[in-house]
Amino acid sequence: MSMDRTSNKSLADDLVRPLFNTSVWFYAIVLATGTVVSCGAVAWGYQLWYGIGLSGKRWPTFWALYLTNFVFWIGISHAGTLISAILRLVNATWRRPVTRCAEVITVFALMIGAMFPIIHLGRPWLAFWLFPYPSAREIWPNFRSPLAWDFFAINTYLTGSVLFLFLPMIPDLALVRDRSTGWRRRVYGTLAFGWRGTTKQWNRLESAMQIMAIAILPVAVSVHTIVSFDFSMANVPMWHSTIFGPYFVAGAIFSGIAALIIAMAALRKALHLEHYLLPLHFNNLGKLLLLMCILWGYFVFNERLTVWYGNEPSEMAVFWATQRGAYAPLYWTMVIGNFVLPLAILANPKTRTIPGTVIASCGVVIGMWLERFLIVVPSLTHKQLPYSWGTYSPTPTELFIMAATFAAMVLLYTLFAKFVPIISIWEMKAGLTSRMDSATLAEAQLMSTRLSGVDLPPETEGEHA
Amino acid sequence: MKAIYGLYNDPHVAQQAVDNLRAAGVNDANITVISSEPFDHFEFGHRDAKTAMPWIATAAGALGLVLTYYLLGASQRSWPLVTSGMPIVPNWTNLIIIFEMTMLSAIIATVITLLWTAGIPSRGGKMYDPEVSDGYILVGVENPSDSSKLEPALALAGARVKKT
Repeated sequence: MSMDRTSNKSLADDLVRPLFNTSVWFYAIVLATGTVVSCGAVAWGYQLWYGIGLSGKRWPTFWALYLTNFVFWIGISHAGTLISAILRLVNATWRRPVTRCAEVITVFALMIGAMFPIIHLGRPWLAFWLFPYPSAREIWPNFRSPLAWDFFAINTYLTGSVLFLFLPMIPDLALVRDRSTGWRRRVYGTLAFGWRGTTKQWNRLESAMQIMAIAILPVAVSVHTIVSFDFSMANVPMWHSTIFGPYFVAGAIFSGIAALIIAMAALRKALHLEHYLLPLHFNNLGKLLLLMCILWGYFVFNERLTVWYGNEPSEMAVFWATQRGAYAPLYWTMVIGNFVLPLAILANPKTRTIPGTVIASCGVVIGMWLERFLIVVPSLTHKQLPYSWGTYSPTPTELFIMAATFAAMVLLYTLFAKFVPIISIWEMKAGLTSRMDSATLAEAQLMSTRLSGVDLPPETEGEHA
Repeated sequence: MKAIYGLYNDPHVAQQAVDNLRAAGVNDANITVISSEPFDHFEFGHRDAKTAMPWIATAAGALGLVLTYYLLGASQRSWPLVTSGMPIVPNWTNLIIIFEMTMLSAIIATVITLLWTAGIPSRGGKMYDPEVSDGYILVGVENPSDSSKLEPALALAGARVKKT
C-alpha cells in the first residue's frame, strides 16, 4: 500500500508539472492567439466608431453571423458542466480525468457566447438595460421577451458553471500551494481558501458537488431551450416550430462533446498526458458522440419532413433554398460533417480511435457551426412576403470578430491549463485508491473463500469503469 | 496552538490510529483527520458526514421561487402594458424566469452552506502538514491535555509522530 502512496505522489507530480515548466510552445500559442484576439478587438472598435453598418447586417437580415456565433458558442458550452454533472451523478469512474477539461470549456464558451449579443448591439454601453432593475421611470425590462429569458438563463448557467468548476479545484489549488514558494505560494494560498482537507471539508465538498450536479442539469437543458425560443417564438418560416427546444439541446450536447474530444486530444499531446487521457476515454466519448449524431439526424429528419409535408409556401422557399438553392453547398457540407462522417468513423470500433474521434469531432464542430448559420440566415432572407426577401454575405469586420472568438477560446484554455491542474488530482487519487481497495478486497474475498470458507462483506464501491 | 499528530501512508493504519485515540479517551470531535483525497471506504472518512445541505438548498430554491413570482407580478402590474395579447401577468412566460431564479437560489445557498460549514475561507493557524499533499494522512489532536499519553496511540508501524 505504501508503494501505492508513492504512485499517488508521482501522479500529483505529473499533473502539477505543466504549472512549473513552461515550453516555448506556450509562448508561441499565446502570441499567435493573442494577436488574432487583438485584431478582433480592433475590428470591434472600428465597428463601434463607424457604426453597426460595417457588419453585414441590413434589412431583412438583422441577425446574421453574430447570432450564429452566439448560438454556436452557447451550444459548445454544453460540453462541460452538463456532461460532467451526468457522469458525476451516475458515478462513472472514467469521468475523473475528463470532468475539468470539460467544465473549463463551458465557462469560457459561455463567456464568449454571451459577448455576441453585446457586440451585436449598435450601442453596447446600453447593454445594462437588460438587467432586471427599474429604470428612472420605474419601467422594468419586458419579462415576456425571450431576450430577457436569455439574460436570466445564461447568467444562471454561467454562475452555476463557474462554481461547479471552481469548488472541486480548491483541493488541487491547496496541493499546488504546498508545492510552491514565493509569490506563487501566496497566490495559490489565497485561491485555496485555507483548505486543509479535513474529513468534514471533504464530506461537505462532495455533498455540494452532488447537489450542484442535480441543480445544474435542468439549468443546462433550459439554457439552450431558451436560446431556441429566441427563434421559435418568432413567426418566421422554419423557426416557429415546437421541435426547436429539444433539437437545439441535442445539437448543443453534440457540438459540446465534439469540442471536448478536440480539447482533450490537444491537451494529451501538448501536456504529455498520455497516461491519464487514455484511448478508453476517447472511445467512450466517441460512443456518446455517435449517439448524439444519430439523435441529430433524427431531429433533422423530423424537422425537414414536417415542413416538406406541410408544403406551406413561405416555409418551402427556405426549405428549397437550403436543399437545392444558394445555401445547398453549406447544407450538404453540414450533413456530411454532422452525420455521414461521424457515423462512418464512430460506428466502427476499429476506427473509433483517438485520431478517428478527433476527425469526426472536427467534422461535427464545422457542421454544427453551419447548422447554426443555416437556421439563422436563410429564414431571415426568405420571409413570408417576397418584398422582404434579401441576401446576406459576411463582412471582414464580422469575420475578424468571429476569428477572434475562436482564438480567444484557445488562448483562455491555454492560460487555464498553464495555471491550474487541468486534470483533477484529488479525483484521480481517489479513483486510484478505490481501485486499489477494490483489488485488495477482491483478493481478500478470494483468499477467505479458498482458505476458510468465510465471506467478507461485498464491495460497496458501486463504481464501474 | 499545540498539537500532536501522526502521518500515515496507509489509510488502514490511519483508521487504526483513529481507533487508538478513541480508546485512549479522546473525544471523537477532538480527533482531526486530514488527507489529500476523500476516503469514502473508511470509517474515518464518514465522520461529520451528516449535513442539512440538501434541505438548505431546497428551502433557498423555494424562497427564490416565491420572491421571483412576486417580483415579476409586481413589476408587470406597476406598468400594465399589454404585449402581444398576453395577460398583464403572463404565468407561462414568467415560469421560465421563476425556474432560473429557483435554481440559482439553490446553487448559491449550496455554495454558501459549503463555505460556512467547511470553515473556508480560513486564514490558517490550525493543525496542518504540507506532507498531506504528498498523499500522507494526518491523524491528530489539537491542544491535547497530555500529549505524552497520546503518542503511543499514534505511533504505529510506518507512522511519523510530530508535536508542535
